[in-house]
Amino acid sequence: MNSGDSIPLTFRLESMNCDVCQTEKASVFFSQMADGKLQKVNLCKGCADEKGVTDPTGFALADMLEGMGQETTPEAEFAPDELICGSCGFSQTDFKKTGRFGCAECYHVFDEGFEGLLEAMHKHTQHTGKTPASFPDLPAAPESIDPEALMEESPLDELSELKQALSKSVEDEDYEEAARLRDAISQLESQIGDS
Amino acid sequence: MRTPGPQSDIVITSRVRLARNLTSHPFPGWARKEDRAIIMDVIKPALEDLSEMKDSFSEEMTKLSAIEKQVLVERHLISREHAAKGPGCATVMNRNQTISVMINEEDHLRMQAIRPGLQLSSAYQSLDRIDTSLEETLPFAFDHQYGYLTACPTNLGTGMRASAMLHLPGLVLSEQINQTIQGANKIGLAVRGLYGEGTEALANLFQISNQNTLGSKEEEIIEHLDRVISQLIENEKNARLKMLEDKPTAIQDQVGRAYAVLKFAHIISSKEALTHLSMIRLGCDLGFVPEEQRETINVLLTEIQPAHLQISAKRKLSPDERDILRADIIRSSLNGLTAPDFSTILTERDDDDE
Repeated sequence: MNSGDSIPLTFRLESMNCDVCQTEKASVFFSQMADGKLQKVNLCKGCADEKGVTDPTGFALADMLEGMGQETTPEAEFAPDELICGSCGFSQTDFKKTGRFGCAECYHVFDEGFEGLLEAMHKHTQHTGKTPASFPDLPAAPESIDPEALMEESPLDELSELKQALSKSVEDEDYEEAARLRDAISQLESQIGDS
Repeated sequence: MRTPGPQSDIVITSRVRLARNLTSHPFPGWARKEDRAIIMDVIKPALEDLSEMKDSFSEEMTKLSAIEKQVLVERHLISREHAAKGPGCATVMNRNQTISVMINEEDHLRMQAIRPGLQLSSAYQSLDRIDTSLEETLPFAFDHQYGYLTACPTNLGTGMRASAMLHLPGLVLSEQINQTIQGANKIGLAVRGLYGEGTEALANLFQISNQNTLGSKEEEIIEHLDRVISQLIENEKNARLKMLEDKPTAIQDQVGRAYAVLKFAHIISSKEALTHLSMIRLGCDLGFVPEEQRETINVLLTEIQPAHLQISAKRKLSPDERDILRADIIRSSLNGLTAPDFSTILTERDDDDE
């Protein structure tokens, strides 16, 4: 693969500091394969904007890494181009090996080509059975979600909407929005956990 | 499970299970030990608080002995996989063992309802109520397209597996069973042996269950399974009638031998005992053995299994010791059983001869 391609892979929930300024909390995470090695960069929003990370097409992770010494040996069998679930770290190779997913979020991360698999498995691809009461009948199509405005809703509804919006923003490669949504999800999840 | 349910001559039990996961943590197979412990600490009290689970048995897997876990497997209350689980895994079940829940088996929650005879719909309804109560406090992973999100995509959608345990000696003896299994597979149903996936069909017992979980409503899946089971019951009854007509002596021989062995053996393996118990059960259905023996046989089918024998002996037993105790228990349970009465067949056969 082209070592200059940056793959926005992981949106992790643990807090860590920005690799550039070392002071702000990182909110944008990137991983990519370069020269057969996995490289990871964690940025705060300010540095991400400054480095043009909001426009991934114009951003080369390799340039970014120069002089920063951020190189890690790939863990086990980490194939180039491989998709990894940002929520739990599960990879496509893991799925092929076990036939099982790592977490609920994996279903959105690995959904490309998944319908074909489902059709072979179940003959159908659309759920028609029971729906939990906390899920609205029709999925909302959130363009942009203001976490403040959502606080009036049930936190679980809100969480599912935020997660859908996150999947969509990752698909659209809108990483700034994705980072913002990820923070909102993390905040909401800790609130739900506390209540 | 002492009161027989509908169709209980052929359908031993009906079971429905639902798979559920929480949004917050990875699925058990991928979760770290600490995550599993957190999940268990959230789910276990939520279950214990349900009115349906009042005074429930609720225990972490690490606190159960190997024999206790095996007893739960032999009663179909937990899976063999769950019995092998360690820290962060638990089992919760109600007093009369009609509802059992595995925490952190393949999914965060695997809930099961079990009923005697053919009662899939009632089993589902009782589980549905528990599921609805739980979703008020537990954030279940759900997606509008995929339904309930499960570790394995084969369980997506409803997360529901409905199954019935059928006693099909007629179809086995008349060599129609393979054909029956293939037919069921073709319409999206799985047929397995006594202990689920990959197990031998001992005692002519077969589990039939839905394979697809996505794309149909829970009630539709159960209705389909009910229809197929009713058809299988018809086929089994026809096979028995035909055998009585074509080979009455062969049936008398099978039931008679079963009676002789079970009444007089002092050493008997699990497999041999199951085979003969199946024939005595068939004898009940055909009117050669008093009807009330059927429940004794049902109890024995469970009680003669290895872990149950060791619980009754209150100590670990070697396989040889188990074979002796098994024979003892069978002889004493069948103490009141008199020799099978074949007079109905004999009369018919005499008529044929004339």
